[in-house]
Amino acid sequence: MGGRDTNIVLLDENGIRCDGRKVNETRKVTIKAGVLKNANGSAYIEFGDNKILVGVYGPRDVHPKHMSDTDTGILRCRYHMVPFSVEERKNPAPSRREIEISKVIKEALEPAVMLKEFPRTAVDVYMEVLQADGGSRCAALTGASVALADAGIPMRDLVAGCAAGKAADAIILDVNNEEDQAGQADLPIGYMPNLKKITLLQLDGVLTLEEYKQCIEIGIDGCNQVYEIQKKALQDKFFPSGE
Amino acid sequence: MSSERKRHVIPGEVITSGPYRAEQNTIQVGDNIVATIVGLSDIQDGSVRVIPLTGGYMPKDDDLVIGKIISHSSLSWTANINSCYVGMLPASDVFGRDYSSSADDMTAKLAKGDLIAARIVNFDKTRDPLITISGRELGKIDSGELIKISPNKVPRLIGKRGSMIQMIESSTNSQVTIGQNGLLVVSSEDPNGLLKAIRAIELIEEKAHVANLTDQVSEMLESKSE
Repeated sequence: MGGRDTNIVLLDENGIRCDGRKVNETRKVTIKAGVLKNANGSAYIEFGDNKILVGVYGPRDVHPKHMSDTDTGILRCRYHMVPFSVEERKNPAPSRREIEISKVIKEALEPAVMLKEFPRTAVDVYMEVLQADGGSRCAALTGASVALADAGIPMRDLVAGCAAGKAADAIILDVNNEEDQAGQADLPIGYMPNLKKITLLQLDGVLTLEEYKQCIEIGIDGCNQVYEIQKKALQDKFFPSGE
Repeated sequence: MSSERKRHVIPGEVITSGPYRAEQNTIQVGDNIVATIVGLSDIQDGSVRVIPLTGGYMPKDDDLVIGKIISHSSLSWTANINSCYVGMLPASDVFGRDYSSSADDMTAKLAKGDLIAARIVNFDKTRDPLITISGRELGKIDSGELIKISPNKVPRLIGKRGSMIQMIESSTNSQVTIGQNGLLVVSSEDPNGLLKAIRAIELIEEKAHVANLTDQVSEMLESKSE
């Protein structure tokens, strides 16, 4: 996106963004683990104005049978936006964008999940976006990894997601909907904080090499902040009395 | 004692670094030993493991499990054993070696929906676990109350050398068959004893993480015994 003309002031003279944040500040993130009774693992995440419910099923039998793999388990992800998640009704059928996000989230989770432990089975991750704001793929990824840990599926690390970007010629952390629409670039990152590895990296927009490096740096910093909240969500569920 | 070294861990958290062996639910990353599951870390005799707090049942050789028959072919039954793999019970296990699919009626012995106490004979992830119902304490279950608890809480229910379950059985005058897969069958002549045993099991399931749980359970068993 080349920076469309809008009336919104994305960044004022004091360096405050349109929703009152500083340039290197994430939105408020809250996560609750174990919210669904019928799923093996679940999480509810609010990432700014994003509200996403994640349910994890499995490991379980693979249907259709031909999809099963005798060497490893398989991971299947579905990112879906409910019709009332956006201002104008969204058709509930999976759109091109939702199929893409399902795919990238699956690929972002795969390095973390130890599927080799469960050959011939499938782990299903369902992400329902109840309310969408910018950066829902990072929010869904963050919630999904908490739900997977809640389901007791062995993982090398949690995956935290956070976007960085560029709006009004400034490098910003955690791009919201307005900044995504009117800004110049959006760079979502999925990151494994303990292994220090990136599992998701996309870029929409144009950045110079220097800006790109800066975005990665603050994006990883954002992921580390999100990770602390993920950690707390799991601790609150499993160790309510503290250490 | 290693109890002071037990810590709550989540996936990705470094438990320790040093000359330890990474066992159950841990992996080695460089010099560090990292947890892969939410649980309690336990360092003992140079090895590190994590005791899981969540997750399903993974069949293990020689485990006693309780299963429900879901279907049968002409050679074997399949049983739901509360795991991601189904149990295979060969017909020859029930009818003996001279089993013939034309002469013997499989549904006469075990029909769909029947509960069985079975032992896992062989399991290696490449095939579904083979189970048997010939042996002491094994076979079809005809009576009793079926309870489902989290498979991770089964060791807590059994207690050290069976102390917890023995206490429940003796004070409520009931018999509990514990499947390692988290399914239990409680039976008793005395309906009050049965109810009390079920309540005790529910209490353990709910408070599995609490220390000195044995005292709480014995208190509960005695308080309502009048």
